[in-house]
Amino acid sequence: MNKKTSWMVAASMLALCALLLTMACNKQSNTEQSSNNMSQTTATAPVATPIDPATVATVNGTVKFDGAAPKAAKIDMSQDPACKGMNEAEAIVVDNGDLANVFVYVKDGLGSRTFDVPKNEVVLDQSGCKYHPHVLGVMAGQTVQIKNDDQTTHNIHPTPKDNREWNESQPPAAAPLEKNFAREEIMLPVKCNQHPWMKMYMNVVKSPFYAVTDKSGKYEIKGLPPGDYTIAFVHEKLGEQDQKVTVGPKDTKTVDQSFKAAGE
Amino acid sequence: MCSSKGNSLSTNPAIYNRAHHAFAVFTACATLVVITAGALVTSNDAGLSVPDWPTSFGYLVKVPQFVGGVRYEWSHRMVAGTLVSLTLAIAVWTLLVERRRWLRWLAIGAFCTVIAQAILGGLTVLLFQPPWISTAHATVAQTFFCIAVSIALFTGKKWVEEVPRVEFDSRRPSLITLTLLSILVLYLQLILGGMFRHHGMSWWPHVLNAVTVSFVLAWTAVRAISVYSNIEAVRRPAIIMLSLLITQLCLGFTAFLTRVAWGRDTAQPELPMVVSTVAHVAVGALLLATTVVLAIQVWRHVPVAFAERVPQAQRNASPA
Repeated sequence: MNKKTSWMVAASMLALCALLLTMACNKQSNTEQSSNNMSQTTATAPVATPIDPATVATVNGTVKFDGAAPKAAKIDMSQDPACKGMNEAEAIVVDNGDLANVFVYVKDGLGSRTFDVPKNEVVLDQSGCKYHPHVLGVMAGQTVQIKNDDQTTHNIHPTPKDNREWNESQPPAAAPLEKNFAREEIMLPVKCNQHPWMKMYMNVVKSPFYAVTDKSGKYEIKGLPPGDYTIAFVHEKLGEQDQKVTVGPKDTKTVDQSFKAAGE
Repeated sequence: MCSSKGNSLSTNPAIYNRAHHAFAVFTACATLVVITAGALVTSNDAGLSVPDWPTSFGYLVKVPQFVGGVRYEWSHRMVAGTLVSLTLAIAVWTLLVERRRWLRWLAIGAFCTVIAQAILGGLTVLLFQPPWISTAHATVAQTFFCIAVSIALFTGKKWVEEVPRVEFDSRRPSLITLTLLSILVLYLQLILGGMFRHHGMSWWPHVLNAVTVSFVLAWTAVRAISVYSNIEAVRRPAIIMLSLLITQLCLGFTAFLTRVAWGRDTAQPELPMVVSTVAHVAVGALLLATTVVLAIQVWRHVPVAFAERVPQAQRNASPA
């Protein structure tokens, strides 16, 4: 290798390093910019379509699991003394055939209606090295307050498809983090990279018509204007099932749903 | 066809420096430790447990609460930082004591590679582990390991002081072609494995290419062992390569079972999966480095019998 070639190689390596650094900085500023754009979009959202409270309907029901419930996977928390002992994963929670943690929302039928973003925040708590709740619903632009009640550091890392990804650590007794998600996204995974068993799902929707089934598999969606709707039932492992429903003024309709184990 | 003359890599003036060589060997060993630490990070899904870079929780060197994924990620960063210092030291030392110009440039190349690797590690964290950056990080790590092993080889007493035994290779494909092909398929395998490990690709391309890797490496090793068994510098890495290949196939099968077949519904990374996948990465790195060593030794001892490679004395003796 002659002297000229040697200098060219050295210069190329330096240029490569500079390029990589520039790419990293650009990406960061791009994400910040897109985040700002999202805030602006939220700020200039159209005025909500009024709903007559005298005519609103309710949809409720129970979500069941057909067949033998799979055994919950064991969690070994011994790698962090602050997390204490054994536990069970919440991927499929079934009690007497009732399926918990199903996100139920009005998927279709609301047309071009718009809704005010609630002022109150939705709380996501980290306690016992688990997320509470395991499945959460929130409106696009609504504040999610994330608390850490554990005596250990967590990091909160959503891995969205349509929203901005972020990853922040939260030491014990730190102030709650306040975040929001700009775009609709169902079953957005959130995880903690310090405690790999810690997983939960955020569901970002445009309307306030959603619910999450409790331990008895029950849900209730109130305040629906009369109309024809598609109700979606989404589970993190079992997928999505839809049902059509028509509600009249002041109706209360029961819409039950059942899931089968994957592969059945 | 035998000759005692080596090629250009060995004809440059060189003086064996024991301490320099020992340090080069130490740096190569430290690289394997860093690769293993990196594999532990990935297998434990701890890659983003420290969210900032180049600082860790706001500090360059401050031991954090040593629990959960932080243990793996922070340790990886610290041993990697140490490796950068070791590489800087070996590069400076080589520039000071080494008379072979190409080796001085290799040492500088090693330092540039380790810096590029550190930047890739940082990008992995800052961009939330895009599969292609994480895979590049894994690939450059093993490239650096090969460079470190090569420096250790070139500074060794045998390389510096021994007059190489040379046998010209007239078979086709030549052994050097086979060793280069082995390196190529191993690199492809490394990229496919990295993409699968970092959720950028399914497992089957990696498993499919394992068949090609096995065939090419076995062919290379059998050729080297059967035809050039009298050249220790070729025979030894060939035997090691074959042994590592068999070990790697067993580890790959175990890793497949623990991760793909049995580990699909686990709540967290489990010990059998972590052990088998980390061992698979470490043995993979050793296999690639051994193949590179074999290629270098073949290039030195078993050159292809082109007319221009015929020793000068023989060329001079031929009629005009």
